[in-house]
Amino acid sequence: MSITARFRLDHPGFSLDVDLDLPGSGITALFGPSGSGKTTLLRCLAGLERGTGRLDVNGEVWQEGSRVRPTHLRPLGYVFQDARLFAHLDVGRNLDFGRVRCRGPAADRAAIVDMLGLGPLLERMPEHLSGGEQQRVAIARALLAAPRLLLMDEPLAALDHARKQEILPYLETLRDQLDIPVLYVSHNADEVARLAAHIVVMESGRAVAQGPLAEILARVDLPIRLGEDAGAVFAATVAERDAGWHLARLAFDGGELWVRDSGAAVGKTVRVRILARDVSIAASRHEDISILNVLPATVTVQADEEHPAQVLVQLRVGQQALLARVTRRSAQHLALQPGRQVWVQIKAVALIG
Amino acid sequence: MLTAADLAAVWLTLRLAAITTLLLLLIGTPVAWWLSRTRSWWKGPVGAVVALPIVLPPTVIGFYLLLLLGPNGPVGRFTEWAGIGLLPFSFWGLVVASVFYSMPFVVQPLQNAFEAVGERPLEAAATLRAAPLDAFFSVALPLAKPGFVTAAILGFAHTVGEFGVVLMIGGNIPDKTRVVSVLIYDHVEALEYAQAHWLAGGMLAFSFAVLLALYTLNPAARRGR
Repeated sequence: MSITARFRLDHPGFSLDVDLDLPGSGITALFGPSGSGKTTLLRCLAGLERGTGRLDVNGEVWQEGSRVRPTHLRPLGYVFQDARLFAHLDVGRNLDFGRVRCRGPAADRAAIVDMLGLGPLLERMPEHLSGGEQQRVAIARALLAAPRLLLMDEPLAALDHARKQEILPYLETLRDQLDIPVLYVSHNADEVARLAAHIVVMESGRAVAQGPLAEILARVDLPIRLGEDAGAVFAATVAERDAGWHLARLAFDGGELWVRDSGAAVGKTVRVRILARDVSIAASRHEDISILNVLPATVTVQADEEHPAQVLVQLRVGQQALLARVTRRSAQHLALQPGRQVWVQIKAVALIG
Repeated sequence: MLTAADLAAVWLTLRLAAITTLLLLLIGTPVAWWLSRTRSWWKGPVGAVVALPIVLPPTVIGFYLLLLLGPNGPVGRFTEWAGIGLLPFSFWGLVVASVFYSMPFVVQPLQNAFEAVGERPLEAAATLRAAPLDAFFSVALPLAKPGFVTAAILGFAHTVGEFGVVLMIGGNIPDKTRVVSVLIYDHVEALEYAQAHWLAGGMLAFSFAVLLALYTLNPAARRGR
């Protein structure tokens, strides 16, 4: 099961040229700066934009050359950046718009209403909803059309920080419960790290990298595009909770990390994100420092950063790749080169769902 | 007070305006829809033709319609061949003329309303399995409702107020083509100022009421224009 998408599209001043092979399940992030063609690609997948190419979604051909299946005949769900609820219909009737029109087995309305917490909103008109509520209704509306592919175009971009935090848990539930592929457009590395399993990095209408999230995020030849958000993301298991210090010990492929206890139960798998700027490198192990997490590591590769004073170093801690951002001077002073054994000091670890 | 002849003219005028408005909504909706969405070269010329009655003297429209619908005009020959007879100096001739004359007052509010609705809700409808016609009726039409209210009111009021075109194409035949505006002219010609007052005052009150309704009760329509 997979999605193969090949598109070419020429607009004045912009061209899209991609050839993608995406997993047929889970969340795939389309990541890149504005103007990189993420939304255009998503619109091509929905048939809202007509490029030439080929699109095969889990064995169904949606486009072959210029033979394009019209949008309304594609079993997809589309969540727009601006929720685009129908202003003349209340929430309940917005939700039913796609549901009554889809062929095949209908989605479970009660379950989806419940999952997105829409029960109390069903009789409201869209103009009386907050931005976050509108977006939740839009997500539910798309799901109720029983899609076999869900396309989400920066569903959080128009929301402020508090509203984003309100919706993210719903998206995480979605990720864990949905068994259809989701393509999620975003320029926010934080969102991508939290939600996606697979990532396509876009730039100027081209896909410059695609693969499993952890692999792509830990690459040093891309992080210029991630900037301050460069860092590694990987899975770990809660091994122990220390009630005295309010800390939790996480075990991963290569070692252990002590983090603030977030309440996750022992045995639970969590996603961990370590930003390159929070990792420093030492030639020997220091005992008398405040940093809790000091791990042995091997330098694998080093790359230039945008600013000439800095370099980005990729290291391996057991099986796991980490990124560290250090100054060029320190890198030279420590004689960092592939194969060198060092200690990494990790100042901050974020648990991201 | 109003005489029987006055009342007949009032009734005829209302009937003419109602039928014209109905026809215009039917014809104007697809025209406005097309104008609001096309990127064709024809958008300019078609839009200009629709707007012509705004700038042309009614007599010019009446003159050409008379030629077109008359016994030597192509449309006139067709209507005679089809057994309908000739349209000028008949009620249906007035209807045809009114449809042309009031067209921009219906098409333009509708076009503005459809443009205000925009592509976005229709794209959303398409991603929710609505075929284009379905999306038009279930999304575009309801969202453009304020535009329809404006279009109907303006089309009706403008038809009630027409004078020049009626005289050119319909003349002044009691119970057939004598509408209120023409009758007022007759009364004034005959120095029957009291009768003229009743009808003219009525028209004034009617027009004011219509515009008042438009500008106060329907703020959305004002925005849509």
